[in-house]
Amino acid sequence: MALRVSKVPGIGLMKGMWLTLRTLFKRPVTINYPKEKEIPVPRARGVIALDTEACTVCMLCARECPDWCIYIEGHKELQPPSKPGGRPRSRATLDRFDIDYALCMYCGICVEVCPFDALFWSPEYEYSEGSISAMLHDKERLTDWLATVPAPPPLEKN
Amino acid sequence: MTALLDNFWVLLALKVLIIAAVVPGVALVFIFAELKISAHMQSRIGPYFAGGRWGWAQPLADGIKFMQKEDLVPEDADRPVFKFAPMVVLMGTLAVFVIVPFSPKLIVRDLDIGVFYALAAGSVTTIGVLMAGWSSANKYSLMGGLRAAAQLIAYELPLVLAVVGVVIQAGTMSMNGIVVAQIEPVFHIGEVAIRLPFLLQGQVIGFAIFMIAALAELNRTPFDMPIAESELVMGYLTEYSGIRFTMFFLAEYAGMFSMSAIAATLFLGGYYLPGVPEGALDVLGPLILMAKVTLLVFIIIWLRWTFPRLREDQLQSLAWRWLIPLALANIAVTAVAKVVL
Repeated sequence: MALRVSKVPGIGLMKGMWLTLRTLFKRPVTINYPKEKEIPVPRARGVIALDTEACTVCMLCARECPDWCIYIEGHKELQPPSKPGGRPRSRATLDRFDIDYALCMYCGICVEVCPFDALFWSPEYEYSEGSISAMLHDKERLTDWLATVPAPPPLEKN
Repeated sequence: MTALLDNFWVLLALKVLIIAAVVPGVALVFIFAELKISAHMQSRIGPYFAGGRWGWAQPLADGIKFMQKEDLVPEDADRPVFKFAPMVVLMGTLAVFVIVPFSPKLIVRDLDIGVFYALAAGSVTTIGVLMAGWSSANKYSLMGGLRAAAQLIAYELPLVLAVVGVVIQAGTMSMNGIVVAQIEPVFHIGEVAIRLPFLLQGQVIGFAIFMIAALAELNRTPFDMPIAESELVMGYLTEYSGIRFTMFFLAEYAGMFSMSAIAATLFLGGYYLPGVPEGALDVLGPLILMAKVTLLVFIIIWLRWTFPRLREDQLQSLAWRWLIPLALANIAVTAVAKVVL
């Protein structure tokens, strides 16, 4: 019978000691957060950005949201007819679009469900607040996040 | 100046002051080492902000914070015993330093029964722990105190028996005498005299048993059942706060220092290092001893952050079924070798 290293008594203890010793001289995986910034992966789920131009006030995101943290209000406006003598068109206008990040659980269902690609994930994560009410981001703030949204991944061939 | 130093009481006060200043200072350094080493072993950075660079002031900040806290005494506690317990623990730890030789001359008192005194004084801490556990009027404290008592009774035996081998080999119980016995050449190769610490003179098993038993005596992981956080909150420390908790905390690290100093003296040649001329030992001796102590303390910290806690029955079985028979065999072999050779 061949002598196996794993059968030597106490070898497990030695392995453990070796592991901690090796880790001791490795670079720590943690960083000093306020001094050094963590660089999140490009498609990290940091914050949700809103493109108001694309939004049609369909309310799908607000209805699918498990936490009910999206608040939408809108109204219809009559547009002039596209052809002379035609019927005036009605167009939904967004009055209010708020996401309460104190409630949000970052599931991303709203981004998935949006039929007009008005919601995007942005990797920004530094928006903590002293007051919980300040976690409610309004339409303007959500639109500001749009600048930080990375370009979508290239389409697959075929 | 010399006349002043000849006065017994002046000299005594001076020695007490030096020990009382050096030991907590070194303990603070070990606390910082533990914080940093544990952090890096877990791939963390550890304290970073206190004091500027590397967070070197973290143990000081911790100590000052502890002292600012209210010194709470539980309503049902046995007040005098509760208040006295941390002092007993700290005194027992500090008393050991009386016989630690830092250099041929730098020793508080070279007792003839130095080893015996060290082990006896070190065991006083057990009484302090039991006092703390009993007087806190808390079930967790009581369990912790009883566990500490059971553990310290079990591990005092292998600790003492491991030392017996060294005493047989050195032929003396004086700590300075044991170091001198290790300085003496073991054998000669031509003109060169070979000097070996007892570790290399056949006390490997004795050293291993001593270190394992010392870990248990110090209540360090993997033998930290008396303060097992996950089961007993903090064991006998549960009800302590403020300055009294600080005393327990300091005593733990001062205990690491004292145990490592004794182990270094008994097994690693104390203040002596081969190659250092004996004339220079008065100056270099303390540094050499501290280097050996630091190495042993690093090993203790390393073990703590590697191994999980033992179960209570595993702990007892390790002491009674393995360490004590092994230590007895070690004594027998050492004695036979001493007589035959």
